[in-house]
Amino acid sequence: MSGRSIFTRPARFAAIAPYLWMALFFLVPFLFVLKISLSQTAIAQPPYTPVFDVAEGWEAIKSAFAALSLDNFHLLVTDDLYVLSYLRSLMVAAVSTAILLAIGYPVAYGMARLPPRWQAIAMMLVIVPFWTSFLIRIYAWINILQHDGLLNEVLLALHLVSSPVVWLSTDSAMYLGIVYSYLPFMILPLYATLSKMDPALLEAASDLGASPLAAFWRVTFPLSLPGIGAGALLCFIPIVGEFVIPDLLAGSDALMIGQTLWLEFFTNKDWPVASATAVVLLLLLLAPLLLYERLQRRQLEQA
Amino acid sequence: MADEISKVDEAASPTAPPPVAVPAAKPEAPAAGMPLLRIDAVVKKFGQFRAVDGLSLDIHAGEFFALLGPSGCGKTTLLRMLAGFETPDEGRILLDGKDMAQIPPHQRPVNMMFQSYALFPHLSAKDNIAFGLRRARLSPSDIDARVSEMVALVKLEGLENRKPDQLSGGQRQRVALARSLARRPQLLLLDEPLAALDKKLRESTQLELMELQRRLGLTFVIVTHDQAEAMTMAGRIGVMDAGRLEQVATPRDLYEAPHSRWIAEFVGDINLIEGKLDASGDTHLTMARRLAITTTQAGTIYVAEPRQPLTRDNLCVAIRPEKVKLSRRPPVSDDTRAINRIDGVVTDVSYLGGMTSYKVKLDTGLVLRSSMANTARLDIDAYSPSQRVVAWFSPEDCLVLEQ
Repeated sequence: MSGRSIFTRPARFAAIAPYLWMALFFLVPFLFVLKISLSQTAIAQPPYTPVFDVAEGWEAIKSAFAALSLDNFHLLVTDDLYVLSYLRSLMVAAVSTAILLAIGYPVAYGMARLPPRWQAIAMMLVIVPFWTSFLIRIYAWINILQHDGLLNEVLLALHLVSSPVVWLSTDSAMYLGIVYSYLPFMILPLYATLSKMDPALLEAASDLGASPLAAFWRVTFPLSLPGIGAGALLCFIPIVGEFVIPDLLAGSDALMIGQTLWLEFFTNKDWPVASATAVVLLLLLLAPLLLYERLQRRQLEQA
Repeated sequence: MADEISKVDEAASPTAPPPVAVPAAKPEAPAAGMPLLRIDAVVKKFGQFRAVDGLSLDIHAGEFFALLGPSGCGKTTLLRMLAGFETPDEGRILLDGKDMAQIPPHQRPVNMMFQSYALFPHLSAKDNIAFGLRRARLSPSDIDARVSEMVALVKLEGLENRKPDQLSGGQRQRVALARSLARRPQLLLLDEPLAALDKKLRESTQLELMELQRRLGLTFVIVTHDQAEAMTMAGRIGVMDAGRLEQVATPRDLYEAPHSRWIAEFVGDINLIEGKLDASGDTHLTMARRLAITTTQAGTIYVAEPRQPLTRDNLCVAIRPEKVKLSRRPPVSDDTRAINRIDGVVTDVSYLGGMTSYKVKLDTGLVLRSSMANTARLDIDAYSPSQRVVAWFSPEDCLVLEQ
């Protein structure tokens, strides 16, 4: 290694800081989880074996390593419960993301076309819900959706229904909650892309004979694909692992993987299976995560 | 096959390729004498501000017309109304005799080259050029033929598949030009098309644009704040100020016969000397009639009688620096071309290569600018600061402007 680094010492530290952060707060905890997922459940403290203990010497560690197995992962692929949970999670995330995109795109598009002063206000309105606790907002939805809640009262008062409708503990309620909670995460990246677009491009398209609709499909839409990608992944990834919303709003007949994980951990006290579930979830999300990272990097390179 | 057909087309009318690309384009030729573009008392207001203020102008087919003016004079607003991006509040715009008021931009037989080029960043150079042709629903083989033709026209061979961000500024400018020409518009609007290029490239591109316009027989309307650019390229120039046309003239008339003091000062350099008409000084030194104008700063100046009779008292004598000659000794006394002569001292000398520009402080207090071509390599004729000289100029070279 010859040649002088262009980085000064503080700059070099700044460059490795994110990696340090990742190692400390992601990689190390993940290794713990990975180890537990390869262990066996036990009635003990902690509730699994083997336990690594450096004090017991080299031989003990070697035998502990030998005791690790892939049994939990085998269970995950053979037992329907887990496979169905994973599939349901992916399905719920995909459907929610599609709904979010269908609602978020027109909103972001409209925002980007407002006069600058109104854009700031619209932006505020999108962000304002974050000022209230997420849990409180979900409980508010329970209030609205329950048997004698606001929604049923309004529907009855308007004579649209003759008896209260069951909203709570349905998939519709869950989708409503998810879409409501994640909408800002879809709108903001879309708005960022759409508002950056040079309005002269649309004029050029129009000048070259494109009707407003053609100009949208040939220019606006392809140029907003990075925003669509960012928004979709930013919603899809956390929705797959979503626990609170399905637990509070959906019925109990089908579980998302987050709920299954919670059950294994807190109800069954089966840490190894819970850990294996988490590891597989991470592997499932690795592809969209890497895709998101690539999109972000390409955007940075273009800027 | 497609190539052969297009060749036959061109052979049939070598100067003006038929504007077949655009369905909205009218095939029949306009009536003789009828301008291609008529702008009739057009007003455009932004709030209280009148960006374009009752402007009328005719532009004929095949013209290269420049709209020249300082920034904020309304020239770009006018161009955008021609393209259809802005709607006039009053007045009419007729293209080929047809009122454009209700025609949206995408249905006008007009194309625009944007100052920012506005190239589609997600499309290659080729697809940018083909964009307008695809919207006109030409067959793929026709589109390919026209795109190759355009690529050759602006000399972009080999760069067709590059995206805009992989092209240099000059290359992007060419893509933008090819894209706006591809549909063979009846009228091509160019909004400061060369502003982003460096000086050398700008000058060569000016000549190429003129050559293209002549060869294709198209009508160009260019907006620029650069008077040298307007004078180089345009057949006629419309000078705009505060939303109005101050003067429409050929480059030569604009420079040599400006209508107003404002235009005289806006276009090129000029010396202005304020004064009043001296009725008694009506002299007959020669056959030609001269007017004598009394100025406080330069004594009596004799000028050729203007074509338009003077109506006002307060006058301004205007003379271009290159028409003010300097000499060490007074010129021969009976030379009537040297009837206006004033003594002074050289205060500033700027050597500019092709010419040298002098400032001469006259004994009367006025500072005159004079520029002289450096016709010889050795500076036998050059003057130096603090040297005493005689500045002289002929009555024919003086302009009388009312103010």
